Amino acid sequence: MDFAIETRDLVRVFKPPRKLIKRKNPNGAPASSEGPVTALDRVTTQIQQGELFGLLGPNGAGKTTLIKILCTLLLPTSGQAWVAGHDISKDPFPIRERINMVSGGETSGYGLLTTRENIWMFSQFYGVPSRVAKARIDELFKTFGLWEKRDAKVRTLSSGQRQKMNMVRGFVTDPEILFLDEPTLGLDVNASRVIRDYVEDWVRKQRGKTVLLTTHYMMEADQMCDRIAIIDHGRILACDTPENLKRGIRKDTTFRLEVDSLKSTSMFTGMRGVKNFSAKNDISKNTTSLTFILEDESPVSDILSSIQAQGSKIHYLQKSEPTLEDVFIRMVGRNLE
Amino acid sequence: MSAATATSRIPHRLKLNLQAIVGRAYPRIVGANREPSWIFFEAILPLLGIAAYVFIYKALGDRALFGVTDPAEIARIRGTTNSLIATVVLGGTMVAFWLNVLWSMASQLYWEKEIGNLQLYMMAPMSRMALLGGMAIGGMFMTSVRAITTLVVGVVVFSITLQVSNPLLLLGVFFVTLIALYGMGMMLASLYLLWGREAFNLSALLEEPIFFSSGFYFPVGGFAKFGTIGGAMLAFATAIPATLGLDAMRQIIVPGGPVLPIPVPWSQDAFLTADVEFGILIVLAVVFLFLARQTLAYLEMLARREGRLTSRHQ
Repeated sequence: MDFAIETRDLVRVFKPPRKLIKRKNPNGAPASSEGPVTALDRVTTQIQQGELFGLLGPNGAGKTTLIKILCTLLLPTSGQAWVAGHDISKDPFPIRERINMVSGGETSGYGLLTTRENIWMFSQFYGVPSRVAKARIDELFKTFGLWEKRDAKVRTLSSGQRQKMNMVRGFVTDPEILFLDEPTLGLDVNASRVIRDYVEDWVRKQRGKTVLLTTHYMMEADQMCDRIAIIDHGRILACDTPENLKRGIRKDTTFRLEVDSLKSTSMFTGMRGVKNFSAKNDISKNTTSLTFILEDESPVSDILSSIQAQGSKIHYLQKSEPTLEDVFIRMVGRNLE
Repeated sequence: MSAATATSRIPHRLKLNLQAIVGRAYPRIVGANREPSWIFFEAILPLLGIAAYVFIYKALGDRALFGVTDPAEIARIRGTTNSLIATVVLGGTMVAFWLNVLWSMASQLYWEKEIGNLQLYMMAPMSRMALLGGMAIGGMFMTSVRAITTLVVGVVVFSITLQVSNPLLLLGVFFVTLIALYGMGMMLASLYLLWGREAFNLSALLEEPIFFSSGFYFPVGGFAKFGTIGGAMLAFATAIPATLGLDAMRQIIVPGGPVLPIPVPWSQDAFLTADVEFGILIVLAVVFLFLARQTLAYLEMLARREGRLTSRHQ
């Protein structure tokens, strides 16, 4: 089996800058109390050629660090990784010829250039023949709905148009492996849909194209990805198809409630029968949305009593089929947001 | 990798790097000239600085002419005045290159990091020197347009006479000076990225002293008249390619012989000729390009190992 990406016991530790360690406060203590941070902790995974692989995790989970290592921008502290069959530490150049990366909210390029010129410039760094690059740019601009903006200066684009331009930059080099780091971050529904559809088509309709996608949107991961890895505190907690991940917690019981805003949710921690739960406050409606992953239905009465003991009214209670979000809550113990 | 594969990759990499140089030079060649305001700010405004020195030299020349009746002496004084004014116009023109090296070339990688381009550049398969080379070539072209405009306007407005004694050597000195200057800028680019914001203070600190010590507005050989301190200033100045380049160009294009030429350190009577300065400039160009390559390789190694250089906010 050919793997597009393979990692083995990948560890990345960030040490605080030396000048912060050396600097002392007036009382003689070091200015920085932060020790080394383990961003990746023995990450082992294999992504097959032609796979659309998702990486789900909260902020600071290690997703971007993993992508940077795989894009040859960062070295691991220990462990090994191969991209397109090449070792990321020893042989970065052949990898760079085969990959590209697009991040959400990216502001790359030069404002004085037109969008076409900007993308053409980046294509030259990958050795794409100029005529081929220009033809691809025109085609991609039409696909992403940017044709009208082809001669507009980059600085005049809205953030949504800019992100579409970034996506064109990612595809113009026709990479074997594309890294997408939150590509639909902050985009409206239509722009997100255009990007999602194109990425899916790109992987499905061509042989050997691989995408590693990180996203905050569960629905996006559920809908697009062949397999998903859930990562938290630098560790991969689970890795499977979305269906299998959901099936894994189907024997659990999932309840959703909306109640008047709760002052505290600490009473649910460690409650008998509660495997995990998440709470999200909606200030505008003055409510709290709760999701519980339970061993069975027996703790429901205790949960309801605890809520009523705070004087809170229950707006609705629903037993539901597990979603990817429930899998995430079960694994990580909190919501993604 | 087999020998045949390695050989076949050489033209591939060469083509890639040439494309990358053209790609990176493009924004500076095309983009920077899109704003017509540069004509006022970067070509016309520098003439005011040049004019201040021109009027001082004209006044000194007129004062020297006071009471002189010998036509040969009058012609000599006028020739010297013309040489000094031509030196100022030439120096004022070359200031554009120095400012471009200091503020645009040296600080460019830092700005690329701030706007988010640097990690995309570092992820691309091109050579990092191709990236800096593209920036330098784009900068040279963009600044040449500004410098030539200033030179032409300066020659016309201040009515100076230029007489090129050796056009080939002049072209050689000009281009090698630019390569050495931009090589220095390429080296500084990596260092500025390592030092971050502090480097901008260094630029501000160096700007005026280097204007002074490089002789942008006067013949720098005059330092030799100020004993040990003058000698030390001269030694410092000759490490900056602009000093030797300007002096060599001045010797080639200003008629009437050298005005306060740079003395050879080990001799009381000998002076650096344009040929010798050309040779030293070639050595400086090679040294700066080599140092630029080394500092860039060190920077990339540090960026990959510590992960704090290529990403914004890190």
